[in-house]
Amino acid sequence: MDAQIIIARRVARELRSGNLVNLGIGIPSLVSNYVPAGLKVFFQSENGLIGTGPIPEQGLSHPLLTDAGGKPISALPGASTFDSAMSFGLIRGGHVDVTVLGGLQVDAAGHLANWTIPGKMVPGMGGAMDLVTGAKRVIVAMQHAAKGKSKIVAKCTLPLTSARPVDLVVTDMAVIGFPGGKATLLEIAPETSVAEVMAVTEAELVIPDRVPTMTL
Amino acid sequence: MKAVSAEEAVAMIPNGATVMVGGFMGVGAPERLLDELVRQRKSDLTLISNDATLPGKGIGKLIDARLVSRMIASHIGLNPKAQQQMLANQIAVDLIPQGTLAERIRAGGCGLGGVLTPTGIGTTVSEGKRQIEIDGKQFLLETALRAEFALVHAFLADYSGNLTYALTARNFNPIMAMAADTVIVSADNIVPIGVIAPDHVMTPAPLVDYLIANG
Repeated sequence: MDAQIIIARRVARELRSGNLVNLGIGIPSLVSNYVPAGLKVFFQSENGLIGTGPIPEQGLSHPLLTDAGGKPISALPGASTFDSAMSFGLIRGGHVDVTVLGGLQVDAAGHLANWTIPGKMVPGMGGAMDLVTGAKRVIVAMQHAAKGKSKIVAKCTLPLTSARPVDLVVTDMAVIGFPGGKATLLEIAPETSVAEVMAVTEAELVIPDRVPTMTL
Repeated sequence: MKAVSAEEAVAMIPNGATVMVGGFMGVGAPERLLDELVRQRKSDLTLISNDATLPGKGIGKLIDARLVSRMIASHIGLNPKAQQQMLANQIAVDLIPQGTLAERIRAGGCGLGGVLTPTGIGTTVSEGKRQIEIDGKQFLLETALRAEFALVHAFLADYSGNLTYALTARNFNPIMAMAADTVIVSADNIVPIGVIAPDHVMTPAPLVDYLIANG
């Protein structure tokens, strides 16, 4: 299975009926494709919409209905729209149950860096800082390593997105949680071993006696 | 509210002005007013907006024409020209978390000195800002933002200046319509009074100073 699909499928299993969910760009945006059948969740787009639907069929898009990247989307029955102050009131005010974001680094204490590489990439934090600070549950969806280098690091060297640690990291190799503030290997991907995960993880991981394989 | 041409409205904006511009990645941006700013070559602008859009679209047109000297935004990463001008020190960019940007503008429009937000605590965003503890929780003091001009785009404007916005084109428009000395509005449709029911008005008419006339 493709690495991104493993991540998206596993994250989708974290969603619960009735959740208000915000998906970031990149791998997180794929999660909506794998929501288990019969599960009713609300997706928020921070540019001012609850009830985002799939990309409209050719010729049915509306120029005033887009995702946060400016790409056409649809709205589901029961959708609602609002301004940016309301949108971030929902996010900061703890009304968003789950946010799924991409990451550049997550460290052993669960801190996330995902908005800038000083001197190289200065796009701006957009909504990421508010989402990580305010959502009830923060899930990072990212590749375990980039160009052979672990993205699960001992301590973030890039500027942090928030002082609030994330709740869960889902990669193409593992699910990592932070019980007691310590990075802990909760699951491994199919066709991976604990030793393989440890070999490409810079952060020290707590390894429980039993580490189950992800259900996808 | 006074109906004017885009040319007349933009002629009121001096070089060096601070201007809020509605829109999110160009969706809900006042394109006619932005085109006119380029045509009249209003330069040295300080822009307050969510993002820098893309080259050739929305605020991207002002970046293309090099009319912006300072930008206060949450994100400029999808516009490579904005990034280049920032790295070459041609535009000074203040990057602000999107929710903080929205609240600073809202505060500016609502007579507040600022807001207390947990966003940015423990990050580079908190540098040089006052940190205040309330009930054991840390907050940053983020001060209000106002502008000399707000350029707002609505879906419907009635003859009196009441506004509604459509779908995701609302974004920063209604809060900016509260936070500037002079509010200039373009609209997709100008409609008779009554078409927008009182309960559906999102920006009440007295907030609108100038509405760009059709044609």
